[in-house]
Amino acid sequence: MIVRCERVSKRYGEKFAVDGLDLEVDKGQCFGLLGPNGAGKTTALKLIYGVTPPSAGRILVFDQDITTHTREIRARLGVTLQENALIEVLSPVENLRVFGRYHLIPPAALEQRIAELLDFLDLRSHARLPVKALSGGFQRRLAIAMSLMNGPELLVLDEPTTGLDPAVRLALWHRVRELRRAGTTVLLTTHYMDEAERLCDELVVMDQGKVVARGSPPELIRDVLAPEALEVELPAGRHADVLARLGGVRALRSGAHLMLYAKDAAALLEAVRRAEPEAQLVAVRPTNLEDVFLALTGTKLEGGA
Amino acid sequence: MTVSPRHALAVWWRNFAMYRRSWTLNILPNFFEPVLYLVSMGIGVGAYITEMGGTSYLAFLAPGLVAVAAMNGASFEVTYNAFVRLNFEKTYESMLTTPIQPEDVLAGEILWALTRATIYGGAFLIVLTAWGLVTPLHALLAFPLVPLAGLLFASIGIAFSLRIPTIELFSFYFTLFLTPLFLFSDVFFPLKERLSGVALVVAEALPLLHPVRLMRAAFGADVAPALLLFDAAYIFALSALLLWVAARVIRARLRG
Repeated sequence: MIVRCERVSKRYGEKFAVDGLDLEVDKGQCFGLLGPNGAGKTTALKLIYGVTPPSAGRILVFDQDITTHTREIRARLGVTLQENALIEVLSPVENLRVFGRYHLIPPAALEQRIAELLDFLDLRSHARLPVKALSGGFQRRLAIAMSLMNGPELLVLDEPTTGLDPAVRLALWHRVRELRRAGTTVLLTTHYMDEAERLCDELVVMDQGKVVARGSPPELIRDVLAPEALEVELPAGRHADVLARLGGVRALRSGAHLMLYAKDAAALLEAVRRAEPEAQLVAVRPTNLEDVFLALTGTKLEGGA
Repeated sequence: MTVSPRHALAVWWRNFAMYRRSWTLNILPNFFEPVLYLVSMGIGVGAYITEMGGTSYLAFLAPGLVAVAAMNGASFEVTYNAFVRLNFEKTYESMLTTPIQPEDVLAGEILWALTRATIYGGAFLIVLTAWGLVTPLHALLAFPLVPLAGLLFASIGIAFSLRIPTIELFSFYFTLFLTPLFLFSDVFFPLKERLSGVALVVAEALPLLHPVRLMRAAFGADVAPALLLFDAAYIFALSALLLWVAARVIRARLRG
């Protein structure tokens, strides 16, 4: 077991940032923490890498208690923070040298490790320019390179691709997969559902500090909603009546737009048309994590049935 | 939790690596400050003063300005710079993803502030030696007092920086704390000759007087040994107290 959280809570005054978190991350897994802004994802990560002590509960990383073995555990993990913390006047190579010293890597080994990281994250072309001259994508790659400095057994990524363009995101996902093939365990937070669906073997969805669902992406889709999604538009004022006629169908509504979930979307569409002949079909598609996420945490959308 | 010296050095090295790149912008200008005071007050004002504290005005000013150089060197580092690293650049947050602990961050920052104090004060001592205002032997005696003065002001500054909510409050620190210290700590005139009663007690309680008096003694002035012991004890005791407070605050701040 790489990470084990047992009934972990973090309280600030009256408010629980994390409330009774249980989770287990196995070796080699990619584990995702999902949830809207303020759900407690970043706090959960800070508890796990030991920067924030829990108000209650126990956290084991590499089978050691994080509150008593903080230095030993942190020597074996790497963290990419949500915000890059780079020295802007220095180059990527110089930033990596500074960070390598935090891990007490001796100079010769450090130069070799820096060379490997520059190659792994494709930073070589810009390795000697000041960081402030680099694009957001380059800066993010440098931040990730820094978190890989010590060859971590556990890599913690806090919203690794927020604000990056699609090409950079794809490249980073590719690197994460390579790391996993080499045996690295990955724990990440994201609010991009496509990212979670592509990378994660298992995830928990958090809302207001609590876990509201857990499982693999297909399990979550099956358990929370259904495999197929049907999007229709109904005339004003017809939603409640149509939903009542359909009975027990899981639905999400946004204005005139209605999303319905079923094992068989074609049969469901028939039923919708019988209930409301003026219903307009928008799309039939496989249910994705985005639907699950909205069903579990969406506040603007109303859950039906 | 105790300080790990090697991790504290890694924190020190981070600042060193950054300022090595930009020392002409960050460090060089401050070096001229005590030299300018010495020239203006010592040569300009000093021309109208036949003697002060038993020497020429120029020679009277010199030791106090060494202590002031150390005070300024340490203060810049633990105020604006440390505040930015803590609150804006997320430097400490990033350090705490590695085996570095809050205590190491504090120790590394203090060590770096001492380094800067020593660069300022040491460079000024060299200028004074070349000028002939202090003999090489007395300059060597005075040198260890530079980081000692730096320690005192690094401790005061960091305890302040870790507690304030906005960066604007540093203008109070500099204008209403450091500037009065500079003006009323035996640097420009002998306090004992101009102050009496309560004013003298207040002056003794303020921090800059103590490194200034030690510095004067190192430059060869006649100061009672008991008074020097008191000055050294003051510096160590206040620094220890404030660093203890700072360690508690930085743990609370960084651990959230």
